[in-house]
Amino acid sequence: MLKFVARRLGVMVLTALALTFVVFYLTNLPPNLEKLARTEGSVRMTDQAVASWIENNGHGGSVFGRYAQWLGIAPGWVLTDDKGVTRGRCIQNNQDPATAATYCGVLQGEWGFSTVFKKPVLESVLQKLGSTGWLMMWVMIVMVPVSLIMGVLSGMREGSRLDRSLSIVAIATTATPEYVSGVILVAIFASATAGISPILHDWGWISGKTLFLGTATSAMDNITFWNFALPVLTIALYGIGYIARMTRASMTEVMTQQYIRTARLKGVRFRTVVMRHALRNALIAPFTVIMLQFPWLLNGVVITEALFNYKGFGWTLVQAAGNNDIDLLLGCSVVAVLVVLVTQLISDIGYVFLNPRIRLA
Amino acid sequence: MDQTTLLSWGQIIARIVQQFLPVWIALIVTFAVSIRYKRKLGLYGKLFDSPVGMIGFALVMFWVYTAIFADMIITMDPIAQFGRVKNPPPGTPLVDVKDGQYAYFLLGADHLARDVFSRVVMGARRVLTIAPAATTFAFIMGVTLGLPAGYFGGKLDTVLSFLANLVLAFPVILLFYLLVTPEIRNTNIPVVLAAVLFIFPVIFLTVLFNSRFFTNPPKRNLYVGITLVIGLWAYLGLAFNKDPLGVWSMDPNLLNVFVSVVFVNSPTVFRIVRGIVMDLKARDYVAAGQTRGESAWYIMLWEILPNARGPLIVDFCLRIGYTTILLGTLGFFGLGVSPESPDWGSTIDDGRKLLSLYLHPAITPALALMSLVLGLNLLADGLREESLKD
Amino acid sequence: MTDTTWDPSKPILEIENLSISFFTRMREIPAVMDFSCTVMAGEAMGLVGESGCGKSTVALAVMRDLGKNGRIVGGSIKFKGRDLTHMNDEELRHIRGSEIAMIYQEPMASLNPAMKIGAQLAEVPMIHQGMSKDEAWALARQIVADVRLPDPDRMLQSYPHQLSGGQQQRIVIAMALMSKPALLILDEPTTALDVTVEAGIVDLVKDLGHKYGTSMLFISHNLGLILDVCDRLCVMYSGEAVETGNVVEVFDKMRHPYTQALFRSIPLPGADKNSHPLVAIPGNFPLPHERPKGCNFGPRCDYFQDGRCNAADVPMFPVPGDDRHATRCIKWTEIDWDAPMALKASKEKTPIGKVVLKMEDLKKYYSVSSGAFGSGTAKVVKANETLSFEAREGETLAIVGESGCGKSTFAKVLMGLETATSGSILLFDENVQSTPIQQRNTDTVSSVQMVFQNPFDTLNPSMNVGRQIIRALEIFKQGGSDEERHARMLELLDLVKLPRAFAERMPRQLSGGQKQRVGIARAFAGGAKVVVADEPVSALDVSVQAAVTDLLMDIQRENKTTLLFISHDLSIVRYLSDRVMVMYLGHVVEMGTTDQVFQPPYHPYTEALLSAVPIADTKVIRKRIVLDGDIPSAMNPPPGCPFQTRCRWKSQVPGGLCDREMPPVQVLEGGHQVKCHLSAEVLASMEPVIKIAAE
Repeated sequence: MLKFVARRLGVMVLTALALTFVVFYLTNLPPNLEKLARTEGSVRMTDQAVASWIENNGHGGSVFGRYAQWLGIAPGWVLTDDKGVTRGRCIQNNQDPATAATYCGVLQGEWGFSTVFKKPVLESVLQKLGSTGWLMMWVMIVMVPVSLIMGVLSGMREGSRLDRSLSIVAIATTATPEYVSGVILVAIFASATAGISPILHDWGWISGKTLFLGTATSAMDNITFWNFALPVLTIALYGIGYIARMTRASMTEVMTQQYIRTARLKGVRFRTVVMRHALRNALIAPFTVIMLQFPWLLNGVVITEALFNYKGFGWTLVQAAGNNDIDLLLGCSVVAVLVVLVTQLISDIGYVFLNPRIRLA
Repeated sequence: MDQTTLLSWGQIIARIVQQFLPVWIALIVTFAVSIRYKRKLGLYGKLFDSPVGMIGFALVMFWVYTAIFADMIITMDPIAQFGRVKNPPPGTPLVDVKDGQYAYFLLGADHLARDVFSRVVMGARRVLTIAPAATTFAFIMGVTLGLPAGYFGGKLDTVLSFLANLVLAFPVILLFYLLVTPEIRNTNIPVVLAAVLFIFPVIFLTVLFNSRFFTNPPKRNLYVGITLVIGLWAYLGLAFNKDPLGVWSMDPNLLNVFVSVVFVNSPTVFRIVRGIVMDLKARDYVAAGQTRGESAWYIMLWEILPNARGPLIVDFCLRIGYTTILLGTLGFFGLGVSPESPDWGSTIDDGRKLLSLYLHPAITPALALMSLVLGLNLLADGLREESLKD
Repeated sequence: MTDTTWDPSKPILEIENLSISFFTRMREIPAVMDFSCTVMAGEAMGLVGESGCGKSTVALAVMRDLGKNGRIVGGSIKFKGRDLTHMNDEELRHIRGSEIAMIYQEPMASLNPAMKIGAQLAEVPMIHQGMSKDEAWALARQIVADVRLPDPDRMLQSYPHQLSGGQQQRIVIAMALMSKPALLILDEPTTALDVTVEAGIVDLVKDLGHKYGTSMLFISHNLGLILDVCDRLCVMYSGEAVETGNVVEVFDKMRHPYTQALFRSIPLPGADKNSHPLVAIPGNFPLPHERPKGCNFGPRCDYFQDGRCNAADVPMFPVPGDDRHATRCIKWTEIDWDAPMALKASKEKTPIGKVVLKMEDLKKYYSVSSGAFGSGTAKVVKANETLSFEAREGETLAIVGESGCGKSTFAKVLMGLETATSGSILLFDENVQSTPIQQRNTDTVSSVQMVFQNPFDTLNPSMNVGRQIIRALEIFKQGGSDEERHARMLELLDLVKLPRAFAERMPRQLSGGQKQRVGIARAFAGGAKVVVADEPVSALDVSVQAAVTDLLMDIQRENKTTLLFISHDLSIVRYLSDRVMVMYLGHVVEMGTTDQVFQPPYHPYTEALLSAVPIADTKVIRKRIVLDGDIPSAMNPPPGCPFQTRCRWKSQVPGGLCDREMPPVQVLEGGHQVKCHLSAEVLASMEPVIKIAAE
């Protein structure tokens, strides 16, 4: 078991390095750097000036070297310009170069400075991550039980009417990406002109113009049912269908297994067959799926946060990408990659835990 | 705006139904023929035994025919702007109707006074050309790499699986933001990726024919020759935009989108193919091929692949749906093919900014996209169910 | 739960005129028609028939577990006088597992992989007797000991995958016995197990039946097994019972042509490929919706009479004077049942030619990494150890052994799919031991071909039959043009006695036997000189087995092919082979001519193997030798002699030699080789396992 975890961790580190390098490479392409130079310096810089700006700000040299510096395994760049001012990656403004650290990369906690938010990257990323954490937590609270129950109910009697109707619901939700369900949910519940809000308003059942709020900005400070239900539902809906279908497939397969027949012909009650004999075997596959959903959920988070104007991690990512904020984008990527890898690890360990066949092999 | 001149919902629906006339005819013909001969049509025919599959197929074919007959269906130029009124509601008459021009915004118009109905119809064409094509390429790439990974196993499998997992661990949206940016077009990355990607079909077909017909050199030379000539010609045009005859070319923006979508999809296909191959390679007919000294590629392509078609067809349908959603996502973030383009994702993105005030510009493409993906999912479900029977 | 109203002298199970159908979208498919049988208390009833005859459907109907599509459309199933067909789910639930229990074919699949054995066992009395958990576990422990499993406490705490196949089946039996049922249904309980393991299970079932006084419904395709276990039997054909009665009476005085044909198609001691060839049943098993009018067996029956046999449904006729013996044959009184079977022209023995294949000290080791994630240490599996033998032209060499004995690895090495670790293989005087198949020339490849075990796997399901044969011709560079190859393909179909129209068929349209024939045609496409047949008939029904075996023999005679026949079935090996090689855990433990191997002196393993094979002949008396335990894993073989863990002769070897040293190969009279420490005197003192009683 320990060996297995160690091996997995090794692969994980390798994956993380590879992925961050790809992100680093793609964000530090020459055109991005030129753009950065023009926004930081001046829009009307000559090509030559741009080139020297890039050189003077440590963006020159091989991409591997810069990646190593960013990571914190190579010494940060130090340059002394014509005026004798020494600047460097690790030298803060007004700091004496002699006292500055040699290494200052991600590993040392130096994530750079965001040009959009004018704040250290680490600070803004962590703060936004907190907001998104709330969102994700509620999504999980809604999505996991609902989808598992749906899947188990429809999978336990394949072809029954309950199965048919639940399956159709599940298929319909997987066919509805977040940007569609978000629009439809807003149209139905949070539009002053359409859906049920005008009717409710006319009847005097609601005091505001709309039943739910169309934006979740206020949820940044204070989460309420009315400002948070729609974004949570938007993300959860898409996942519900997917996980429910996986659970159903897994459940129907388990229900046709011989050991289920054995249990039934032992005289075990149908409910007990499902709960004691089928469920554990049937949940192995969906568990992995739920965990592997995270890279996918991130997608939904970005869309939903953009749609509902909820300033979380996804929204930050959009801002960073849209404004060529290289350090912030890199920071976001590191976080995203880490989240994905950690969930994968959890999924692997959980799989081993749920499946006795593997644990003792 | 004069309220009395608005068309009622009944009138709007009647007019829309009328516009779709070619689609209805095509659908009726398709269904009549298919149901008549369903016993002779294999898996496709069996689809007509499953109500779910039939509904799915009808939805998909509705949009396919819409894409084909889009020019006949649209009422106005989808890109042109008509009048200065922003976001007119469904059924609004045009202000000054010229000769031969359709007199109403059937489903309203957007903030630039472009006809929503025509944009959605035209959008179907865009979506239904890019999504299946990208899915096909993703499949060829996934299959070409998944077959040897599953068949040979070992180091090759370890390396390829690691790469696939790498891409899968990458948050899709981040990848899009990194790959589908205007800046990246100034570098050679899209071209390199396209060069890698577009070579796969050529390799695939060459190996396919060679492994089968090497016992018969004249036939082999013919097939492989044709593949190489057409394949490499198209390859030059599509990947490098250097087709000497100028037949094959791809808009750099589109290329970018295309490459990223294929890139995101192929690892999943790879994993599916790899899994099926690992299962099928233990079969006796594979061993029979090996004991008669067949080449590994013959066994993979002609003995294993045809028997993996069931799950692959099902996944293909699902994946077109997924690709449609991805394209929509790209459009939604303004990373789409072009801002003008009527593809559904961009249209939803355009419309959502004024969502709480004007619903129609966003809701129509949203429903269109949803119905297409739903159709594809139902179709896949029907196919899966029917292929499992007997 | 005991039924006080039930009188023990009445039958425990009484099935009357039962009809079962499956309903598909297209049509109703009758699976069982007009089936009747009675099981008395303490009696063991055998249901025998070929696949698709409806025997398992009857069992599931008794359990009322026919699935969504199956339905009982007529008749009644009375259990202790109560009609099961009219019970509701709750009543059924009380009977299932407590009064009627079932044992299945696949032990691994019938145990829940995620539940401990103890929990699965204890569940039964907890449901039915409302027993407390501790009591139930204590009972489980006792029953586990009863089914002769070692270390019951550890067993209860294990998960199913930690047990071997034989142990799993014992657990399934224990589970069935947990609430001392009145009726036990066994659906092919030993088919998935090795013969020596099967013998142990059969013994156990018989003993427990006596001990608990349980009635049994024993379903099997193996007549020998039925003779071993059952008191009465019921022969089924295409959904109907065709003959029923006391086992001995039916075996000795069969009164239905199908039963007779069945017995003539199985290789009993005394059958010989040259002088007494098997008689295959002509034709094919009818599909359920294409059954003929009248007698279902009519079209394949030697005694068929038009206008009578196909006139109307045939009822069961009782055979007077016998013990509840009945037959479904309208002509049973007219047929001369004692007439000797019309002898097919006996065939020339194929002359044995020069040596074509010679193996010397062949070794094949694999290194496998254990553990689920490949993190464990690499272990070496010795799949083949010092294999030496030669095979001659026109000869049939049988390779006999149970799972893990290395016979399949040997085939792979010979074919060139794997290369040998050391040793040499001489094929037509050419060294091929380290030449993988890709580097062999076409001649070598086409002259060594293989016939595979599983008929459902042997053909590519998405390519038509003709195409698959033509492909082999192309690869073997046969024929100069497409037309020539097509003609050659049709000839090959003739060779394997298939209609030429089959060239256009897809494999799914063929029956198992037909597919196996196509497989044979494909193997002979390049004029193979050496054919490795890996259990070519073990997955086929007995009547088809005979036909396919015959075909192989015929082609062999014609082409002077050397046949390496891999099998675990000693009956068929005795029938068709010239020489036999017995393998155990990668070692050849005995080798000699068929007569030498099947007669003492034996290697102790051969002796046990011979004793374990059930023989469907009442005149045969077998000595029962039941081996303890399971076959050790090839990953972890015992030290010394590989067979020492299960050998009953071990005490005869002084000084614990068996534990320490690999036995030498003793060459006995006539080149008969035995790898054993036993002294020549002890070997000579062995008695034959099988005796045929004097008439």
